[in-house]
Amino acid sequence: MRLYINYIYELKKLTKILMTLIIFIFILLILPHILPSYYIIFISYALSFAIASLGFNLLLGYTGLLSFGHAVFFAIGAYSVALIARYLPNIYYFEIVILIALISSALFAALIGIIALRVSEAYFAILMLAVSMIIYSLILKFYTITRGSDGLPVPIPKFIGLTIHGISQDVFIVKYYYYILISIFIVSLIIMYLIVSSPFGKALQAIRDNPNRAYLIGINVKLYKYYSFVISGTYVGLAGSLWSIVNMYTSPEVAHWSFSSDIVYMTLLGGYTIFLGPVLGAIIYTLIKLYTVIFTQYWLLASGIIILIISLLFPEGLGGAFLRAYKFLAPLTIKRERKEIREKNRRLR
Amino acid sequence: MILKVYNLKKYFKEVRAVDNVSFTIDSNEVVGIVGPNGAGKTTLINLISGFLLPDDGRIEYLGHDITYLPPHIRLKMGIARSFQIVNLFERISVIDNVIISIFSSRGMTRNMLKPADFYTHVKEEAIKILEIFGLSHKKDYMPDELSEGERKLLDIAIAYATNPRLILMDEPTSGVATKDKFRIMDIIINAIRANKLSAVIVEHDLDIISSYVDSVLVLNEGRILARGKPNEVLEDPLVKKTLFGISR
Repeated sequence: MRLYINYIYELKKLTKILMTLIIFIFILLILPHILPSYYIIFISYALSFAIASLGFNLLLGYTGLLSFGHAVFFAIGAYSVALIARYLPNIYYFEIVILIALISSALFAALIGIIALRVSEAYFAILMLAVSMIIYSLILKFYTITRGSDGLPVPIPKFIGLTIHGISQDVFIVKYYYYILISIFIVSLIIMYLIVSSPFGKALQAIRDNPNRAYLIGINVKLYKYYSFVISGTYVGLAGSLWSIVNMYTSPEVAHWSFSSDIVYMTLLGGYTIFLGPVLGAIIYTLIKLYTVIFTQYWLLASGIIILIISLLFPEGLGGAFLRAYKFLAPLTIKRERKEIREKNRRLR
Repeated sequence: MILKVYNLKKYFKEVRAVDNVSFTIDSNEVVGIVGPNGAGKTTLINLISGFLLPDDGRIEYLGHDITYLPPHIRLKMGIARSFQIVNLFERISVIDNVIISIFSSRGMTRNMLKPADFYTHVKEEAIKILEIFGLSHKKDYMPDELSEGERKLLDIAIAYATNPRLILMDEPTSGVATKDKFRIMDIIINAIRANKLSAVIVEHDLDIISSYVDSVLVLNEGRILARGKPNEVLEDPLVKKTLFGISR
């Protein structure tokens, strides 16, 4: 009986999460009907960054490892798409390039992880920065393959069983690609939610909080950090490949350390202690960039000041601030939730 | 017999932290280790749990040589430990601290795509363990919202959740208010006796040692000074002189 009640309670919780997700999808789906296409392209950027931040936060928020070089995976994803488009146009199908981007970023993460996770936390952050700068330099130097600082164009990909031609890239993004991005984003979000709330995710949280104790209760700390690193790198690689199609172009800057810091900013801005914090951070970060570019030529300075103010005002990130505001503004909801918990406990007794 | 220790040695340069120590622990036996500061009590616990490796000697657990096995393998074999300074997972709830320990000891932490909340039998087990340790009413609290005594209990509950046969506790009542010490020890000892576990308790408080353990091991400068029933050992003049500095 007790097990059954617990199960029902968990199902209720899951239903609540699913309802929130459905509302979120609904909002995303109606946006193209109420916003100009310019905004839809920016939301597409935000969705790619949100996938990157989600992946990054598995490492930072759930495993306690800060990397200053995650842009390298983003670059691998983006360049996988661009290089296939340039050198293997016959297989330049969306499904194939995304699969190759996933595999290449996962393999690269698996390789780098073997070396990077041998060092302690502070050195890990610096080592990852070094790795990303090495890849940045290689992209610049191998001009004949990567076209160096000129970058590579990313045309509209073909789709297996579907032909799209005769439309501009902007129209392609607004009419088709935006919906593909939403689908991939939702799937990524669900998979990440399952990962962080699974026993594996709990083990990562144990490692984050107290690696020595985690080891002493039987968790293979090094191996689990490695798994987290590979999953995180794969997510960021996926984000890079999706982003390159929105951006229509990729250049070495995506491997630069400053882009890694953008990923860190997005995650911290939204709040790395909250599951949806990095998603919120990616959206807000993209919006800040969008509006500062519209209003001032000093957009870098302006966006920097805005982000600084937000960080100082909300040290737990905007997600944390929203959560606090929700608790402040919705006492009735909380009262109801507490009543539900009391009711559940009463039944269990 | 659950544990045999033969001629165990651990030196830190000139300091002989553990020097030729041999003893045994029977099944269901609760052994107290006492001794002055620097006697080698914590080093001995660290050697048995695998936190430190000995310079010489042998440790046998249920007939298996575990002298050089890493701690997580010893844990899987049934040796758990708690710490003098409480060692918790601070950013997750009290119940999750115990749940992680259960997942880990059952080899379930590789499961990646099913929410932990859906392992209702694990949650039930965690609640039962928290009930044993008197913490079930605070299961949704964060560890930093607990009193020091409760934190100690949670630390031991995490070790207990790994389903051990031998549990090593390093000063389970240190830092706890005097009035709460006996309540905490009552809870710990009841849990150990109810599950027929063996235990090693390192403790400074001799009242606690004499009240709760089956036998006492007195260490001094890394060597065993005495071993036996608490009332006999603690009345030994040499032990008194070592522990209190005077012959009483």
